[in-house]
Amino acid sequence: MVHIVEAMPTFTREEIEHLGDLARIALTDEETARLQGELNVIAESINKVQEVAGDDVPPTANPVPLEAYLRPDEAVTPLPQEEALAGAPRSEAGMFVAPRILGEE
Amino acid sequence: MSDTTQLVQLSAAEQAAAIKSGDTSSRELVEAHLAVIEAAEPQINAFLQVSGDEALAQADAFDAKHAKGETEGLPELAGVPIAIKDMIVTKGIVTTAASKILEGWVPPYDATVIEKLKAAGMPLLGKTNLDEFAQGSSTEHSAYGPTHNPWDTTRVPGGSGGGSASAVASFEAPLALGTDTGGSIRQPGSLTGTVGVKPTYGGVSRFGAIAMASSLDQIGPVARTVLDSALLQEVIGGYDERDSTSIPMPVPPMAAAAREGAKRDLHGVKVGLIKELGGDGYQPGVQARFEEAVQLLQDMGAEVIEVSCPRLEYALGAYYIIMPSEVSSNLARYDGMRYGLRVMPADGVPQTAANMMAATREAGFGDEVKRRIILGTYALSAGYYDAWYGSAQKVRTLVIEDFNKAFEQVDVLVSPTSPSTAFKLGEKMDDPLAMYMNDIATIPANLAGTPAMSIPAGLSDDGLPVGFQLIAPQKRDDLLYKPAAALEAALEERWNGPIWRSMNASWLKNLAK
Repeated sequence: MVHIVEAMPTFTREEIEHLGDLARIALTDEETARLQGELNVIAESINKVQEVAGDDVPPTANPVPLEAYLRPDEAVTPLPQEEALAGAPRSEAGMFVAPRILGEE
Repeated sequence: MSDTTQLVQLSAAEQAAAIKSGDTSSRELVEAHLAVIEAAEPQINAFLQVSGDEALAQADAFDAKHAKGETEGLPELAGVPIAIKDMIVTKGIVTTAASKILEGWVPPYDATVIEKLKAAGMPLLGKTNLDEFAQGSSTEHSAYGPTHNPWDTTRVPGGSGGGSASAVASFEAPLALGTDTGGSIRQPGSLTGTVGVKPTYGGVSRFGAIAMASSLDQIGPVARTVLDSALLQEVIGGYDERDSTSIPMPVPPMAAAAREGAKRDLHGVKVGLIKELGGDGYQPGVQARFEEAVQLLQDMGAEVIEVSCPRLEYALGAYYIIMPSEVSSNLARYDGMRYGLRVMPADGVPQTAANMMAATREAGFGDEVKRRIILGTYALSAGYYDAWYGSAQKVRTLVIEDFNKAFEQVDVLVSPTSPSTAFKLGEKMDDPLAMYMNDIATIPANLAGTPAMSIPAGLSDDGLPVGFQLIAPQKRDDLLYKPAAALEAALEERWNGPIWRSMNASWLKNLAK
């Protein structure tokens, strides 16, 4: 059964900016403009997946499905605190130092 | 020709045999490959990081054990060095995924495959170049400069694993590891005249592989011969409880299958020609080498029939929805908080965590990675999820159905690996869609979770290597190896030796004795 969902809207500039916010990437104006053009071309080429995605076709998430199971509950040595912090941009007193999370905005 | 040249041109299996017979040592092999790396890198740029000191220490430890007779029971490749795609974490050796966002990052742990290589006494020569976070088909998207194809250094080696493929093709390493999400092991194999295998999804542990698209990613071997690839896959394969997608089953007997294949008797083997992968859009020289190879399979007794997989037409579209969706989710972890790059927002912008993340990711990710994150963020956003991601997952089911139906009739499926030979650096950088088309024949195996391999099929009219792809049913990686080894043997007889004899490895000429 062929089942066409509504055609995809084309990407607007505002949409790309919104996606940049969602993805936490501070895109420049030039990047936003370029992505708008490129994504419209890409979107058009991949839209056709909808032609064959009928209601009767089940989705596949994992191509080699496995039974979920629990591993034995055995204690192991975790990563030492020092090693976990070794790659941190900033750390202090055994903790990651982050910029302000609450406040102004 | 120097001793070094002769040593590095041996296959990995031959190098291992030379260690056993006492003709060479692990240290000598490491030194020989480090010499080639030094000579070749100015032209090739396959490595992001050479770990010479670590490799020599590992080699010495192996040689000492070997002298005491304590290496019995180790895998056949014990003592043979290997290069690692920089998408796999190595304790104490900088790992970047070719991204600025991980510049200088030293992982605090080893991937499972690295633990296995170390246990096998295989020294790590270094980390190889790739498209940033394995996203690309030419290795030009590396933040640290492109890798060049040893067959013609004005051309790309394919991607994302162009570093591993070029390292092995140029004799900088006898073996390498790659990762394959849509063809990143096989397509570079095709473009550099080397062997590359994407194992069954779940056949090789991904613990410690930097995640790109988790329902597609797989670690696999890169080598110059089919047997070397089989031996390496046996070292790295097998169940690992630290990877929830790892299949609890023994490693299939791949080296035995490769050795059986070398006898060149394919009676009883059924081969299916995928009707939809070939013809229009494939370079005539690629198509010609492919057809000659099929004829050779037939000459050796294989039964060849044409099979149709009509829904493969939709595979590329489904891939370019599923992959970026998973990329956008997996790469969310690079937020400047616990490791990697941190860039604070510009003056005048509130110095908050959210703004720091946006500034960090803007500065740390390259164009292709941003493109895919934005596309994936869109595909997963409210209102579009069903139409895009949902539809793509259904196409995945249809691709699997097509393969299952084909495998009711045949043991392996075959096609050209890549529609073209190596293209010029820069040629496709401004056209993402043209770049994506490189993977049209390799993507279906990732969507279906099946094992697949690329081996050299000869040179096209332009004098550049062509790849021949074999695809087997899930969990039957061994079925790839018999016909592949048979074809390799038949082709090498025709060429009077391995394909690399036609390559001008100018960097080998200046090696000291």
